[in-house]
Amino acid sequence: MTVMPAPDEAAKTRTAVKGGSGGTPAAENSAPIMRRVKSKLTSRWATAAALVIAVVWTIPTFGLLVSSFRPAAKQVGPRSDGWWNFFGDWQFTFKNYVDVTAPGGSQAANLTQYFANSLAIVIPVTVFVLVLASMAAYIFAWGSFKGREAAFIFVFALQIIPLQMALIPLLQLFTQVLQIPPGSYTQLWIAHTIFGLPLGIFLLHNFISEIPGEVIEAAKMDGAGHTTIFWRVILPLSVPALASLAIFQFLWVWNDLLVALVFSGGTADVAPITQRLAEISGTRGARDYLNPAAAFVSIIVPLAVFFGLQRYFVRGLLAGGLKG
Amino acid sequence: MEFIGGKFLQVVIALAVFAALIGLIMLLVDRAPKSAKDKLTVAGFLAPAAILLLVGLVYPAAQTSFLAFTDASGKLNGVDNFVWMFTQPEALVTLRNTIIWTVLVPLLSTVFGLAYAVFIDKAHGERILKALVFMPMAISFVGAGIIWKLVYDYRGPEIEQTGVLNALRVTFGMEPKQFLLDAPENTIFLIIVMVWIQTGFAMVILSAAIKGVPAELVEAARLDGANPWQQFRNVTIPGIRGSLVVVLTTITIATLKVFDIVRTMTAGNYETSVVANEMYTQAFRAGEPGRGAALALILFLLVLPIVVYNARVLRQQKEIR
Repeated sequence: MTVMPAPDEAAKTRTAVKGGSGGTPAAENSAPIMRRVKSKLTSRWATAAALVIAVVWTIPTFGLLVSSFRPAAKQVGPRSDGWWNFFGDWQFTFKNYVDVTAPGGSQAANLTQYFANSLAIVIPVTVFVLVLASMAAYIFAWGSFKGREAAFIFVFALQIIPLQMALIPLLQLFTQVLQIPPGSYTQLWIAHTIFGLPLGIFLLHNFISEIPGEVIEAAKMDGAGHTTIFWRVILPLSVPALASLAIFQFLWVWNDLLVALVFSGGTADVAPITQRLAEISGTRGARDYLNPAAAFVSIIVPLAVFFGLQRYFVRGLLAGGLKG
Repeated sequence: MEFIGGKFLQVVIALAVFAALIGLIMLLVDRAPKSAKDKLTVAGFLAPAAILLLVGLVYPAAQTSFLAFTDASGKLNGVDNFVWMFTQPEALVTLRNTIIWTVLVPLLSTVFGLAYAVFIDKAHGERILKALVFMPMAISFVGAGIIWKLVYDYRGPEIEQTGVLNALRVTFGMEPKQFLLDAPENTIFLIIVMVWIQTGFAMVILSAAIKGVPAELVEAARLDGANPWQQFRNVTIPGIRGSLVVVLTTITIATLKVFDIVRTMTAGNYETSVVANEMYTQAFRAGEPGRGAALALILFLLVLPIVVYNARVLRQQKEIR
């Protein structure tokens, strides 16, 4: 969904978006006064409370990580115990990871296949959304046609349509009218692209409309047409916004389950890793010990993206976008 | 590993086709006669997105609104689906749960996020502390479901507990509890998972807002003898009101649409279903697309006022500019 900062904050976040370095320029300027005031505010108790929250928030994920390295017998069955006992007996194995990723029959987790599917779904979708959304955003920001403003508000308003409302008719459209075979990437590519567009257009429009008009005028003077301006001027200047959107788009699609359930057909040829993970964890049994390792394989990519590109991610959030 | 090659080939073909399409549009726009150039540019640049949105979002939404008034065989049945929704006990439980979710998740996430943002402001290792709480945002709901299943894990009282919470309960001499099975409190335990995810979002937005509150204001309040709580209550809070509204509405909308958490943790059983999950169950599992559509329509009506409110903020923003 969409974050709409209030005017004063919007102006502030925009400077944060455009200012080259990450962090918060406003706060750093007034550092000396701030520090004095804050030192009064930040009492020992506050720090203690913060640490408690940080620990409580981290323990679940940490427990998953530890569990994923524990032998099967320690996780399920009569001799099993909690993951924290790991720090007493130090029984450590990579076997869970080997088991979930190794190719095998339909009983095996086969996560390598599904991992590749997730990549095959997410990469084209991210490209499609970035290109199509920036083209539309450029026209909404700098094109001239009647009803431009109204059309843009309409696109913005499309974000209110919950995914759920589009699923049933879209599936019928794909299979009955367009005859796109089920169990192919095509349905997923198109569906995800459609669902990513409203927010993508909105986010990029915010950024592209802030590009100084003189830059575009100057390019026109030099005889550049719309296409040249778009590819040579607008896109290079929009790289920070494009990076933020790309990260968002990547995370949503990688983490999606609902769209996958409806459009993928659920086979190892197409289904993404989240869908497989939901299947594996949905059936209780002797293979439960694979769940932590499987879960970790699926969250490793988003976590890497997140930690590697956190600056762009936060910037994107502040600039005005988060889909729920 | 030949399957990887097949997938790779499909991706390359898709990207090539897409590039060809975009290239064609650019070529047509560029070569257009001068008189029609501007119109053609607008059309060419907007057409792909416009067609996709009309066919993939606007038409389906209209179609769903119509479906909501039909039965399983596709015949019009008036408001029967809505009567079902508001009278059948299991459907009412779904509505009740959705209300509990939308009240608790935004509230708790914002409170925790705000408290944490204030506590760690200018603290040593602020970045790392932020990352720890923010991290769940990157994890899929499915992954979060598995992580928390582990936390809530239940075993009979006679054997050792593997879930953190039940191990704690046993340590304090209590019986282990079936956190996800015992209604109605199991809904609360699902809600905690969503709060765990959304707090990081609230924290990041509010932290940036707090840093934007002018230091002179806080300093002036301090010189006037305001204690830290009063400074926070009377200076900081009013200063970040806009961001608070943004955080609350955004999380509310995300919560209304929550699906994956319920799907992976209980599949909506044991009285934990919510509208978005029930919609999926009815439409794609129970063979009742009419009921599913009706639930989707309700979801839309619940989200609508919140987004309209956001849209008005956008308008005001434009006018000020």
